[in-house]
Amino acid sequence: MNLFKYSAPSIFYPLAGRLATGFAIAAVLLLAIGLYMSFFVAPTDYKQGEGYRIMFIHVPAAWMSMFIYLVMAAWAAAGMIWRTRLSSMMASALAPTGAMFTFIALWTGALWGKPMWGAWWVWDARLTSELILLFLYIGYMAMESAIDDPRRAARACGLLALVGVINIPIIYYSVKWWNTLHQGASIKMSESGGIESSMTEIMLWTMLIMTFACWFYTIAVALTRVRSIILERESKTVWVKEMLQQGEK
Amino acid sequence: MKARYKRMMFIVLGLVAVTAIAALILNALQSNINHFFSPTEVVANEAPKDRTFRLGGLVEVDSVKREDDGLTVHFNVTDNAEVVTVKYTGILPDLFSEGQGVVAQGKLGAGGIFEAEEVLAKHDETYMPPEVADALEKAEAEAAAQGAAQ
Repeated sequence: MNLFKYSAPSIFYPLAGRLATGFAIAAVLLLAIGLYMSFFVAPTDYKQGEGYRIMFIHVPAAWMSMFIYLVMAAWAAAGMIWRTRLSSMMASALAPTGAMFTFIALWTGALWGKPMWGAWWVWDARLTSELILLFLYIGYMAMESAIDDPRRAARACGLLALVGVINIPIIYYSVKWWNTLHQGASIKMSESGGIESSMTEIMLWTMLIMTFACWFYTIAVALTRVRSIILERESKTVWVKEMLQQGEK
Repeated sequence: MKARYKRMMFIVLGLVAVTAIAALILNALQSNINHFFSPTEVVANEAPKDRTFRLGGLVEVDSVKREDDGLTVHFNVTDNAEVVTVKYTGILPDLFSEGQGVVAQGKLGAGGIFEAEEVLAKHDETYMPPEVADALEKAEAEAAAQGAAQ
């Protein structure tokens, strides 16, 4: 099987539609389970009480904000190297969702910070670098809509996305490299190469389920968005005209 | 060389250059990015004088004293090496307790006492239900008692 055939928008378009539906259903199911566990199954924390439960959305959102940026930059790089149309479309389809998760992470973090730390916001390395990530996403989207020619826009935005990648390890390791008010990572690689976590197992599972819910949501939304972008950019091609004539749903 | 490999090399070299630049800048700004100074740095006179800065560390156990007005608090901040005494008037965050991390913002006053204008609690990355925390504490106390008995 030649995977590259899916890089043709005409073949990817119907496939993306089917995949999006599947991932949307999975996301809704996982979100229902995850939210139920967040509120009713996960135990109260010994120090922070019920307030800590905000981490079940805060941490997945923060992870997704970083992960989506990496995926977006990878698509942008692929688009620049192989000059495939679909790659840059995928990158631009991911940007709004990444910006949304960054915003959620910052917002829920502020709501968490006020009661626990005593401040909505501090200018420590973790918070500041995450704010820069939000600006990178917004800059990416702004630049894309400012340049009319989609190919030139893809090249300029791809460059921005790639330069911004350097911010991701800075966000992730900020709590390790510098003194920050933000606490360290609860889940990390142990020295022996395994994964260790400093939270109770049921809390960990709840967080993982919420993470997968966010992940599947991202895939479903990005694929739906990329379908719109494909139609927009390929509107003058034969296959789109034929499809519209046949009345594809 | 194919054009596509050229572009790939261009991106890889670009990323390497950006990484190197970022590493140099962050290294140069190291002390500005740190959110707070530790008691060791303050005792070693590395913290700014006559200027506001942040002090971070653990609240020393059995060091919290309240004045009669009920609002002014004295406590020691330690990094298990050096100790700095902090004076603060105001409401402390809920998570403030002995043995817990804090970040205080203020100035060094007379006699090396840190006069804080703001005290924030720094919590760690451990989450567990209260029963587990109790059990852990009990186990630790028992181990300590056994150690003492021997």
